[in-house]
Amino acid sequence: MFVMPWTLRKRGILGMNRRNISYISRYNERRLFPLVDNKLKTKVLAEAACINTPKLIGLVESQYDVTRLDEILEGINGFAIKPANGSGGKGIMVLKRNAEGEFVKSSGSVVSLRQLQRHVSNTLAGLHSLGGSPDVALIEDLIEVDTFLSDYSYEGVPDIRVIVCRGFPVMAMIRLATRASDGKANLHQGAVGVGLDIATGRPLNAVQFGEQVTHHPDSGKNLSELAIPDWQTLLKLAARCYDISGLGYLGTDIVLDSKRGPMLLELNARPGLAIQLANGEGLLHRLRKIDSLSKKELSLDADQRAALSQQWFASEKENLL
Amino acid sequence: MTVKKQFDTKISLFILVVTLLVIGIGLTLHRHLVYEVPLLYGETQTVWSVEAKVEFTANGKPVKVSLSRPGEQEGYAVLNEAGASPGYGLNFSEGASPTAEWTKRAATGRQELFYRADILATQQTISNQVIPAPAIRAVSWQEPYETAINAILQRAYTTSADNYSLTKELLKQFKGVDRGQHVELLKTHFNNSLPELVVDMLHKANVPASIVYGLELRDGRRRQALLPLLRVWQGSTSRIFHFPDESKSVLDQQDAPVLLWQQTGAPVLDVIGATDSSVRFSMIKREESTFANVAQNLSNQYSFFNFSIHSLPIEEQALFKTILIIPIGALVVCILRVLIGLKTSGTFMPVLIALAFVQTSLVTGLIGFLLVVATGLVLRSYLSKLNLLLVPRITAVIITVIAIIGVFSVFSYKLGLTEGLRITFFPMIILSWTIERMSILWEEEGSKEVFKQGTGSLFTAVLAYWVMTDPWVRHLTFNFLGIQFVVLALVLMIGSYTGYRLLELKRFKELG
Repeated sequence: MFVMPWTLRKRGILGMNRRNISYISRYNERRLFPLVDNKLKTKVLAEAACINTPKLIGLVESQYDVTRLDEILEGINGFAIKPANGSGGKGIMVLKRNAEGEFVKSSGSVVSLRQLQRHVSNTLAGLHSLGGSPDVALIEDLIEVDTFLSDYSYEGVPDIRVIVCRGFPVMAMIRLATRASDGKANLHQGAVGVGLDIATGRPLNAVQFGEQVTHHPDSGKNLSELAIPDWQTLLKLAARCYDISGLGYLGTDIVLDSKRGPMLLELNARPGLAIQLANGEGLLHRLRKIDSLSKKELSLDADQRAALSQQWFASEKENLL
Repeated sequence: MTVKKQFDTKISLFILVVTLLVIGIGLTLHRHLVYEVPLLYGETQTVWSVEAKVEFTANGKPVKVSLSRPGEQEGYAVLNEAGASPGYGLNFSEGASPTAEWTKRAATGRQELFYRADILATQQTISNQVIPAPAIRAVSWQEPYETAINAILQRAYTTSADNYSLTKELLKQFKGVDRGQHVELLKTHFNNSLPELVVDMLHKANVPASIVYGLELRDGRRRQALLPLLRVWQGSTSRIFHFPDESKSVLDQQDAPVLLWQQTGAPVLDVIGATDSSVRFSMIKREESTFANVAQNLSNQYSFFNFSIHSLPIEEQALFKTILIIPIGALVVCILRVLIGLKTSGTFMPVLIALAFVQTSLVTGLIGFLLVVATGLVLRSYLSKLNLLLVPRITAVIITVIAIIGVFSVFSYKLGLTEGLRITFFPMIILSWTIERMSILWEEEGSKEVFKQGTGSLFTAVLAYWVMTDPWVRHLTFNFLGIQFVVLALVLMIGSYTGYRLLELKRFKELG
């Protein structure tokens, strides 16, 4: 039922208390939090640094904008609408136009303009936002999932979470939506988490609801064949997120677009601990390494940091799957 | 932050924690050793500190105030008394009806006088105490009351043997649901002076009786009034009877010990030369080690080093008795969240719920809480369909919560469940926020998460309740201010704990 604390310690598992005290409050300055809590601000920062993000179609800032939503969306065939201050995927709606010009969800159900307007109106009122404060809604271009990845995910877009500590990528996983998670990529809701080797991006281990799995529960695809293309670029992108945000303990969510390659979806100043379960390994040994870095190593640029991480944190494990 | 800086923070935290612990334990030991307040609950005697506050408006004339004092009586011994009254002359007069008398040549404006007594609850009985019986008065009433009274007396007389049983029979007729029409008639006419009527009726039956006043002793009560009681004589002995009292709040119906404040029938408060006078009582229960210490302690009470709540007026002490227990509840929350890893909805909401449980008793509180929150969630799910803005929506929830509480109170009262009335002790605004938050949680994360956080909160509240109502904990927090420093030190230690939470040991079991 329980595992002994010293066993966890030996395995280098990071606990919530240590994460909060030794990493988040030590490396993340409070004043920088709004930069990542607000997706719009993150987007502006990323664009300025030439980091790819999903294209912004429009912004809904006021109730007046809600009434002319049909004008904003004219000629757009597919889009995602999300609250700027949403967290954990709350309030995100992904819609495409069908042959009749109606909006449909990926599940196939039709959403009328009125329903969409009410959803956006709720978003503006802060229903989906942190602390319920008034918000704005972002309308973004759809991400076109690489075809090889789409079989690994039920409806939703798989995203890659990389934990970056002081600019060094330390651990990564890919999150695959399932029927149980209702197309969402949150592990506690039942998405599959696949730990990825920092050096190569190959899959190491996979879990759903905290239990090990080998195949995607819906498509039945073998997870051990999941290889992330262009891993080098992705890792460098993750490392650069430290430079734009200034946050020393950061969760970066990256998606792979078939045309535009790796894109930054959002940043998280309080990344969760589930990545350890997905990797079958603790974060602490790697974080200790980063804690002890010299000034010289810390002043390296993003590409060099990513390369060092690949060297340090390469998995010696055989593929567990 | 560099490693060295972090080390420095750790050192300074360590020093702070040690200092707090030293101060806390030092203060506690000082109070224990010097004032001999027992650390252990139980090896003690109960002392009631009672404070009477007399208020009146003076208008420049000489003022003379006389307030009766509690004398020697069965079950209680007065240890010590004092009066606080700047500019007044104060005299304690002894005798059959002891009084405190304040005098002043000229006073203007609103005046406040205090009388304070420490009363030891004893087992000893006083055998030789004789209180003279009053002379029998001749009384008569108008018709039709005279006839009604005679009928009632006749009935009580035939079913009794002596003065005491006559009184019992008489009081019985005024009590209960199936009162005769004679009693109903009297009740309507003598509504405000029923005690006087009963005394007059007893005199009519040649039974010496008078109204005396007693104080119900309930820990931590403030602004209480005296309770009229009936004293009936049989030869040279006398006995106290309670009047049937319907005006008394249902919540106070459990019997509390009664201290007789005024034993013979003389007035409790007599004010000459001023208007608009009133007297109110506050009281608090204390556990003291020995008889002798109490008396000694009181004289030291106001010394500088006796830095304790006990140097405050009783009314404020009563307030502090509840306030000082809150840190303990908050500590429980800290432990459960940081060391155990339990999720609660609203960080300190469970403490407030636990405080409400202290007032309502646990089972009633739990049932009430579940009823209010469940009904609130149903109503809130309707409100969410109306598509309202956040603040008006919560306001609407607050109003519905109050309505729910009102409906439940009336409903349970009609069903004869007076316990249900205690539901009004719930912090309604906090409850509304809880409903709002749980409702959003339901929409976003599903019922499972609501259930998880709901049970987490209730579990925390129940645990906090148990700790906060523990007589041991109450004794320590109230009598030793040093305990607060110890609690603060504990909280700081918990705040810097970087180890695993208990539930993480389960969460990461696959990695073990």
